[in-house]
Amino acid sequence: MIEIENVRKSFGPLEVLKGINLTVQKGEVLTVIGGSGSGKSTLLTCINGLEPIDSGRILVDGIEVHAKTTDLNKLRRKIGIVFQQWNAFPHLTVVENVMLAQVKVLKRSKAEAEAEAVRQLKHVGLSDKLNVYPSRLSGGQQQRMAIARALAMSPDYMLFDEVTSALDPQLVGEVLDTLRMLASEGMTMICVTHEMKFAREVSDRVAFFDKGVMAEIAPPEELFGAPKDPELRKFLAATH
Amino acid sequence: MFDTALTANDLIFLAKGAGMTLIVTGISVLLGTILGILFGVFRYQVGPWWAAPLTFVLDIFRSIPLLIQLVLANAFVTTVLGFRISGFTVACGVLSLYTSAYCAEIVRGGIESVPTTLRRAARSLGMTWGQDMRSIVLPLATRVALPSWIGLALGVMKDSALVFIVQVVELLKSTQILITRLQEPLFLLMICGLFYFVISFPVARLGGYLERRWSND
Repeated sequence: MIEIENVRKSFGPLEVLKGINLTVQKGEVLTVIGGSGSGKSTLLTCINGLEPIDSGRILVDGIEVHAKTTDLNKLRRKIGIVFQQWNAFPHLTVVENVMLAQVKVLKRSKAEAEAEAVRQLKHVGLSDKLNVYPSRLSGGQQQRMAIARALAMSPDYMLFDEVTSALDPQLVGEVLDTLRMLASEGMTMICVTHEMKFAREVSDRVAFFDKGVMAEIAPPEELFGAPKDPELRKFLAATH
Repeated sequence: MFDTALTANDLIFLAKGAGMTLIVTGISVLLGTILGILFGVFRYQVGPWWAAPLTFVLDIFRSIPLLIQLVLANAFVTTVLGFRISGFTVACGVLSLYTSAYCAEIVRGGIESVPTTLRRAARSLGMTWGQDMRSIVLPLATRVALPSWIGLALGVMKDSALVFIVQVVELLKSTQILITRLQEPLFLLMICGLFYFVISFPVARLGGYLERRWSND
């Protein structure tokens, strides 16, 4: 369970999170929508401790992310994150990309790590690309590799930060299909996305962020069918 | 047609000089690179403000002609501090610091060339700062820094000619000794140049070889 309690966060004079309260249950798929600069991506990087917060707290399975005593490197094994930029390690082959953290962080043997890497890459449909370098992959393939890399750490939670935003339109589908597959397998996921159709399909709940505030949260049929927040109505009208 | 007083023994004398050039260069580049990596990583980690004192010292090493550094360091260490150390040690010490000053900049540039998003990705997989440095930053920064580093190594090899000022007989000094004796400056300088080329060329080629090997990604 991820519990976010009254989290505030500023970048200099700009307050990007103005007291967010949110709980994500195990097995839940939450999508977060909202305009640019609404704070939704920042929230994700706060959840795995990449960004510090100014006040409030975030608990992952009861462990306070930003407590001084928390071993962030250990906590991050529970939380996979995939970014807008796919961030393939360019000097490693696809299979090595997926093996690296398993060997370094989880101390798996090379053979174990490779077996798991092959399994995850097969899962995301890249079994024919194991030994090529990322530069030979399309953006969609690199993004799926990044997803496999995060999954290979056997995380309990997956965070997706606009993972299709930097992709050519024809490549978006393959990545969304991968996310749909994960959702159907019961992975706990928080997806920040601009893909409204996707949000409507896979989510248990959808949250709408507006200027650092979570303006509305509801199951998709409710949020898209009968939006209450006026900003959300404007947002939905503009994106349709 | 062509007549020279150069003997096989003289060639051996030159080869010994070349050996000294190689040793001084080898030690200085090795120590200078290790120090340069430490200084470069430090400068990158702590930011420009806290690194200012170090940056200033390194700028001194980069700005003052090596010849002056060697003379002053030698005088300071032997006369002022009264240490009885050889010119060779002084030469290696000064040249190492001189190398490290340049190397620190190369290292810093290399680290800065690694996208922060890539490092965030590594950290978000649970990798520690050290693991990120070793497995991601070091290999990628090396690829970027290598051409400059090769240039630095070749430069230091030629700059090492200046250590004659602290009584180290390296290749150029050996040549000068022979010139004084044989009075055949142009011929001897040609041979000296050839020696420099022979010891520099493999280093220059090493860069090309590594770049080709890494070009798969």
